[in-house]
Amino acid sequence: MKDNAKLKEIACDLRKEVIKMLESAGSGHAAGSLGMADIFACLYFSILHHDPENPHWEDRDRLLLSNGHIAPLLYAALSYAGYFPQEKLKSLRKFGSFLQGHPERERLRGVEITSGPLGSGLAQACGIAAVAKREGRRFRVFCVTSDGEHQEGNHWEAVLFAAKYKLGNLTAFVDSNNIQISGKTSDVMPLEPLLGKYQAFSWNALVIDGHDISQILNSVKQARLVYDKPTVIIAKTTPGKGVSFMEDNYLWHGKAPNKNEAKAALRELEEVCRDVK
Amino acid sequence: MLNNTLNQNLFKKNVELKATRDGFGEGLVIEAEKNESIVVLSADLEESTRVLSFAQKFPERFWEVGVAEQALVTIASGMANYGKIPFATSFAAFSPGRNWEQIRTTIALNNVPVKIVGSHSGIDVGEDGATHQVLEDIALMRTLPNMDVLVPCDYEEAKKAVGVAAKSLRPTYIRLTRSKSPVITTPNTPFETGKINVVWEDTDSKATLVACGPLVYEALVAAQKLKKDGITVRVVACHSVSPLDEQALIHEAKISGAMVTIEDHQVSGGLGGAVAELLVRNLPIPIEFVGVYGRFGQSGNSSELKKEYGLNADEIIRRTKMVLARRMQ
Repeated sequence: MKDNAKLKEIACDLRKEVIKMLESAGSGHAAGSLGMADIFACLYFSILHHDPENPHWEDRDRLLLSNGHIAPLLYAALSYAGYFPQEKLKSLRKFGSFLQGHPERERLRGVEITSGPLGSGLAQACGIAAVAKREGRRFRVFCVTSDGEHQEGNHWEAVLFAAKYKLGNLTAFVDSNNIQISGKTSDVMPLEPLLGKYQAFSWNALVIDGHDISQILNSVKQARLVYDKPTVIIAKTTPGKGVSFMEDNYLWHGKAPNKNEAKAALRELEEVCRDVK
Repeated sequence: MLNNTLNQNLFKKNVELKATRDGFGEGLVIEAEKNESIVVLSADLEESTRVLSFAQKFPERFWEVGVAEQALVTIASGMANYGKIPFATSFAAFSPGRNWEQIRTTIALNNVPVKIVGSHSGIDVGEDGATHQVLEDIALMRTLPNMDVLVPCDYEEAKKAVGVAAKSLRPTYIRLTRSKSPVITTPNTPFETGKINVVWEDTDSKATLVACGPLVYEALVAAQKLKKDGITVRVVACHSVSPLDEQALIHEAKISGAMVTIEDHQVSGGLGGAVAELLVRNLPIPIEFVGVYGRFGQSGNSSELKKEYGLNADEIIRRTKMVLARRMQ
């Protein structure tokens, strides 16, 4: 368990790693990876009960990343948490690397599911949560989803299932950043009111600032108090957070910075990190 | 002549008729008593897919996901990830018909031991018509890495398929059928993934008939009739479409020199495709294909449809004569 300032610092380090990894890979998804860094810092360094030395520990909390394209952030967090050495991060998307363009469970310990094709993560989280609940297991299942993937039918099938079986041990995050690959989510296929939709589907639903460490931690605490409903935490985030020329620009959804852009991005992030420290 | 582990009364008029889906349903309860890891998911079709008795006997291991086949297999994937052996059951037209990508990513690539059970496959469905008569599912599933594909030929094999699948940690597809068909195997007939069964053999055979599903019976009827006409053949039941019993099939090609494949499926991509791919690489011989030739099905009763689409003993005999003519050239 780390204090809030330390978590903010870790988030900053994760963002810098994301930029370096993407620049080295030459392709990948920048905006969402930067936008979710605060939440991943909270998850891996405060919220999750997990053990990098024993990644298959039966009673670990599970974190399932549904929108697998933010793999760079997942890898950075896993590496910082001790699942593998940081010098491997630069092998992202390279031939022979276990850091595939989208995460694969079979290739890297700590990765709970293979993902990338959107809309299937929540259902897998439901599968784990459902059997664990019936068996009276104490661990929790977390699932990170994107707002864009809420356009997938598979996701809403899982939303129905989780409510039916009252999966109080399941907590989903929505990266509500209002961008996807070809534009603003509100233009491509409007989702709002998302909070109302989840409430209508009998979920415990919260909206938070996805960059505010206390709000992130508190929302998970609130989720733990609700036993008879799954919880969704709709986290308002800024895509590309921390890099001015990437922020809120959907063109950075599926793009990696070139050498100069990476340099500029790292300069900005250094500043933010200094302020945090 | 008929293999001695088979039902020796299978050519009699009063041969017992049972559906493969019934064998599955009964096998499931038997296996579930032995194996606590087995859980079952249904997409609102527990009666038709014969998982109702499991659901009644083991309510705490049964999950109703509603009419949602994508959720069916992805939730099953999560359960397998946790350590269960889930049987995800529906009609084959919808699973794997509708949810192929979810199966590919979250089961095959993820490499978790989900058992996808597709009932009501093939033209055999009958009256429901083309939408429900899936003729492409073997093709969809056998091209997936990690995926075993089992097509039981009768009630007994379907029962055994449950046990074989439950013991395996590999993703598996089990293809079942709606109508009752002759019970041709017995509890003593072997059933192994990756193995064929030679169910009929005669000396000096001129062709091998390779069939899967209930059409194995039609192949046996064809073999018997052909023998009366002085044409001796061998019949192979190929319940394991993937992995194929490559060695044994190459051996068949060697000893008979011609083949006919038989399936209630499109002729492209299914058992025939698998056998042809194997033999073209190893021992090219003439092959004829009994199956559906690039058409959709339609309403009608199962036997009318099998006649219209050429999925019966008469058509197997015709194709066998065709392949023999090619063999002579």
